[in-house]
Amino acid sequence: MDKIYFDHNATTPVLDEVFDAMLPYLKEEWGNPSSIHWAGRVPKKAVEDAREKVAAFLGCSPVEIIFTSSGTESDNLGIKGLAYAKKKKGNHIITTKVEHPAVLKTCKYLEKEGFEVTYLNVDEEGMIDLGDLKESIRPETILITVMYANNETGVIFPVEEIGRIAKEHKITFHTDAVQAAGKIPIDTSSLDVDLLTISGHKLYAPKGVGALFVRRGTRLVPVIHGGHHERNRRGGTENVAGIVGLGTACEIATRDMEKERAHLEKITKRLENGIIERVPDIHINGGGSPRLMNTSNISFEFIEGESILLGLDMHQIAASSGSACTSGSLEPTHVLLAMGKTAELSHGSIRFSLGRTNTVDEVDLLIDVLPPIVERMRSMSPLYAGSNEPVVFKR
Amino acid sequence: MYSDKVMDHFNNPRNVGEIEEADGTGSVGNPDCGDIMKLTLSIEDNKIKDVKFKTFGCGAAIATSSMVTELVMGKNIDEAEDISNDTVAEALDGLPPVKMHCSNLAADALHAAIKDYKEKNN
Repeated sequence: MDKIYFDHNATTPVLDEVFDAMLPYLKEEWGNPSSIHWAGRVPKKAVEDAREKVAAFLGCSPVEIIFTSSGTESDNLGIKGLAYAKKKKGNHIITTKVEHPAVLKTCKYLEKEGFEVTYLNVDEEGMIDLGDLKESIRPETILITVMYANNETGVIFPVEEIGRIAKEHKITFHTDAVQAAGKIPIDTSSLDVDLLTISGHKLYAPKGVGALFVRRGTRLVPVIHGGHHERNRRGGTENVAGIVGLGTACEIATRDMEKERAHLEKITKRLENGIIERVPDIHINGGGSPRLMNTSNISFEFIEGESILLGLDMHQIAASSGSACTSGSLEPTHVLLAMGKTAELSHGSIRFSLGRTNTVDEVDLLIDVLPPIVERMRSMSPLYAGSNEPVVFKR
Repeated sequence: MYSDKVMDHFNNPRNVGEIEEADGTGSVGNPDCGDIMKLTLSIEDNKIKDVKFKTFGCGAAIATSSMVTELVMGKNIDEAEDISNDTVAEALDGLPPVKMHCSNLAADALHAAIKDYKEKNN
């Protein structure tokens, strides 16, 4: 049985081209890019070449790119770095309730440091209201951080309008574009964004490398203190191979974007429509909003997500769930709860996130094996209508 | 992550269903934490003649439900009352630590069903 991977929003495989580009920097070109001698010259050039490729991918200048260890670090640097740099101007930050934990937990931390944070609600389709955003702006607002696209539902936020609003009010705008990067075009030259996060392993580069776009003139306080790396904004000897991998992946993403978008749109639609046709009592989460073309988040009524994942795993199919069981906590996903979904529907959600190597045949196999799994779980569920007497629980 | 026994009970759960006109019914759990179990008993001469379960929950929740039905089938009520959540977890060769709390409720459902039986017959 062939393995099928529908969890590309969690991580992606490293492309062969990316791996080949990285390999020399793990073997013969092991020098420190900061060294002035022969050993450092080639790695230094490799880092700067990669910076140019990432800059071209994001439509900015190479000096506006800081390499980091991850999307999480980029979010930390963008948000904390900006908040500390501007704390004399104000202490108010605006974000949403559906951000990735890298943003949410960073904001929670800043609350303990004396900052005030507004967490914008989303509607039942996972979308924010720009009216709410405008109303929550205060004279002391220094930062708006809203993700480009949501990792769980794929809902794409109106970053153009948010940027315009931020600019009008002279507020810095950060966006976590980890899920958007490589899937939809991102052009910082036409977007009023000041800080933008990307992560290598979500776009076919390895884990352990990320980048932060910092628009010229945006002052940041470093989060990682150390040497003069990254123009004094991020200490630590560069992860040369990882950075080369990220640069190559960005180049490939730009080259292949249109083709991959069309492919992903086709197979993801086929998957979602196939499930809609064959499985009753489901909800397409965020289905009423613009979404990333590779992401389909579906709640299956009456059953719990982990048990569906285990059933799929028996067929070597990998996906993920918003149930508490897969998050390592007792709470189901904050994203679906914020959308007003019940705890049951949040526990019963499955995210299928497709990638460039997925095929129509793989999607068709999923559509064949999923309905009996759902049916079997429902036949065991006390919440299912087939039950003799419905179980009612007090909250 | 799960033991072979857990996966066996998840894939081939024993005694799924609901006994009509059950002598005792126990429902535990809540939707917030994602696990709900309903256990029904048929009891004759102080002996568990039949037991069935229905469960909304993860692999561990389904496996513990199935295992508890296997452990108590044919047992006296007294013996069944001695079964704890830990007994069930041990019989499954253990559960991942994170599941010990949230999904290990099957014995609670059993005790609730026995309590229901006793209340009905007093």
